[in-house]
Parts: sequence; structure tokens; C-alpha cells
Amino acid sequence: MTPAPNLIDDAGIIQAFAGIPALLEQDPALIYRGRTLDCECLLGPVDHPFHVSIRGGSIVDLTPAPVLMRSWRFSYRASAVAWAEYWKPAPRPGWHDLLALTKREEATLEGDLHPFMAHLQYFKDVLALPRLHRSAVPT
Amino acid sequence: MTGYIEPMVGRYIHVEIDREMHRIYFEESGAGIPLVCLHTAGSNGRQWRHLLADEEFTKTFRIIAFDLPWHSKSNPPPSWTGEEYRLTTARYTATVRAFCKALALEKPIVMGCSIGGRIVLNLAIDHAAEFRALIGLEAADFQAPWYDTNWLHRPDVHGGEVCAALVSGLIAPQSPESSRRETLWAYMQGGPGVFKAICISTGSMATCAGGLTRSIQASVRFICSPANMIFPARRKTRCGRLPRSAVPLSPSWNGSAIFR
Repeated sequence: MTPAPNLIDDAGIIQAFAGIPALLEQDPALIYRGRTLDCECLLGPVDHPFHVSIRGGSIVDLTPAPVLMRSWRFSYRASAVAWAEYWKPAPRPGWHDLLALTKREEATLEGDLHPFMAHLQYFKDVLALPRLHRSAVPT
Repeated sequence: MTGYIEPMVGRYIHVEIDREMHRIYFEESGAGIPLVCLHTAGSNGRQWRHLLADEEFTKTFRIIAFDLPWHSKSNPPPSWTGEEYRLTTARYTATVRAFCKALALEKPIVMGCSIGGRIVLNLAIDHAAEFRALIGLEAADFQAPWYDTNWLHRPDVHGGEVCAALVSGLIAPQSPESSRRETLWAYMQGGPGVFKAICISTGSMATCAGGLTRSIQASVRFICSPANMIFPARRKTRCGRLPRSAVPLSPSWNGSAIFR
């Protein structure tokens, strides 16, 4: 399936990603769902991921990679097109879900997957926050 | 009394499957052509509650939805000693046939969704004469693995939550939030390893896909349509897409009125 024209450039994707911690702070139920999660991970666009530090379900730090010798347990990186599609109000089949994106090879999931799988719905929902807050997604 | 009571009634029936009695819970509603509904992997018969309460259907069909053993109100059999649950194609087929026999259903329709849709392919291959019609919803004769099922059953990951989180990716984003929540809630109820076992059996059913397609083309035309039509199963076939080769299911089919 050919993706729709991408209305968001890479800079827009990066900007939207940088806004996720603030959006998460507006969602106490989602933070509660991740309340037992403390994790270092690498998330974002394939070429411009972020080191993300999660403590008790909140994102306490989000820093553009690379950071010298900084470790992470798992990474989830997707193409800019994939994030643009994932954040659409009604994403199309195959572009609507983190694992669906890996299946269509638009995203890669690497490292120790335990924190990701043990909090799968949490990560799906955190990374979908720009979809719910369309004003956070530059067009 | 002011409360609204839905029309379906739930009961237990004792069914002999592979020479052992199983206590199986089922709900039914309506009268007429028996229509047995099979739930998806890891969920249970509550998925059919709207159909069971739909007068447009119950005026024509006796709709019956049962929980597979190990699912919801259908306990594991007495011989179970805690070993990992496994569902095979043969056992699933035997369960459906035994349930229909125990209720003395005369040439029922069997309709299943997802793995329930997959097993009706097998019913069509080996036991077509026993059924008036077989309907697969979201059925396919092959699905490539897209995640490691070991994540579904391990003590350091909540089985109900991870199963529901995986299934959430199978629900259309446009679905009403309440329906999404209700669907996922059912998946969270599954016993340890039950969803994994069925996903594994999905794989084993997939291994018979080649034989399935060959057999089905030789002997039985298949179904997956809202239009009283059937067509040969083929890979990546989806409900509602009728190929030009679609043919009537059976001369005895008489349930077409509701589909027009």
C-alpha cells in the first residue's frame, strides 16, 4: 500500500516527538498505567531518535540521540512516514499500530523487549499522544 | 420489574469430547435454523451478545454461542492436572462436532470469527455434509507470524494485559471507544496461556494451508460473505470481497432472507 502524501516533514515529526512528555503529563491515567515502569529507551524517527528516560510512568528526560555512551534497554524507531501515518486521526490499516508498523517494516524494535511488552498498551498509547492532540502535530 | 432483561438464556451442557465429559457453557436465543457461533482466540462467547439479542436474526435462527473448554465459564475437564493448554485442529473440530451432536442440532450453520473462522475451513473439508452452511468471519487459511507468542505466557508479564494490548492492534481506530474497551476486557479474562495456545494452534492450522486450499477446491466451496454466496478459500481472502468464482453454497440453504 502506498502511503498518502506526507504532510509532515522530518522536522515536524521531531518537534511532535519532543512534545510527548508534556502531553503525557496531561494524562494521569496513562501515567498510572506505567507507574511501575522505570526504563531507558530509544524512541522516535529512524534517523533522529531520542533517548527517553521513564520514571514511574512519566517521561523525565527526552534528549536527542546520539549521547556519548548512553545505554538503552530497547528501541522503537520508525520512518517519518510511519509516524505521520500513525498520528493521523484515523490511521489506515497497517499504519495504525506499533506492531503493525514493524510487520510492514516501517519500524524496528530492538534490544531487551521486556519493558516494552510488559507495558505494551502504555507504549502504544504514549506514542499515539500526538494523534489525540493534533495541534501538537505540525502540518 | 423495570429492568430490561435481554432475551438470551445461558445454560451448561455436558459434552463428550475425545472420550471425556466436558461441562460447556452456552447461551442461546431465537428459534429456527440452528446457528452455532464460535468466538475468537482467547475471548469467549460474550462476543456474540449483540447478535443473540437481535430480533432481526432471532426470528429466523436459533443462535447458540458456547465457550470453548478453558474459556470463560467452560472449565478445563476433570482430567486436567495443570499442564499447558494446547488446542489442536483435530480437538477444535471434535469439540464443535460434539457440541452440535449433544444439542441434537440438525444440520446447523456454524459461524466463527478469526480462529473460529479458520476452523470452519476444516469443518468444510472433512465434515461438510453435517452442516447447512459454514461462515468464516475475518478468516484466512494462512497468516504469517508477526510476533513472538512466548510473550503471551510468562510470569513476569501480565498475560491478560499483554493479550489485550496485542489485540488492540486488530481493532479499527474508528471503533467506538466503548466497544474497544469491551472487546479488550474480554481478552483480559483469559486463563494463563490460553491465548498463546490458540495462537500456536493458529500456526498449526496455517501449516495445513496448502492442503486446505487444495482440498477445499476439490470438494467444498467456501463461504465468507454477507450475500448468501460462497467461494473457494484463498490466501488473504477477506470477508465481503466476493470473487467472480463465487457460487451458491448449497441448494438446501434457506437462510438467505436476512442477507438480502
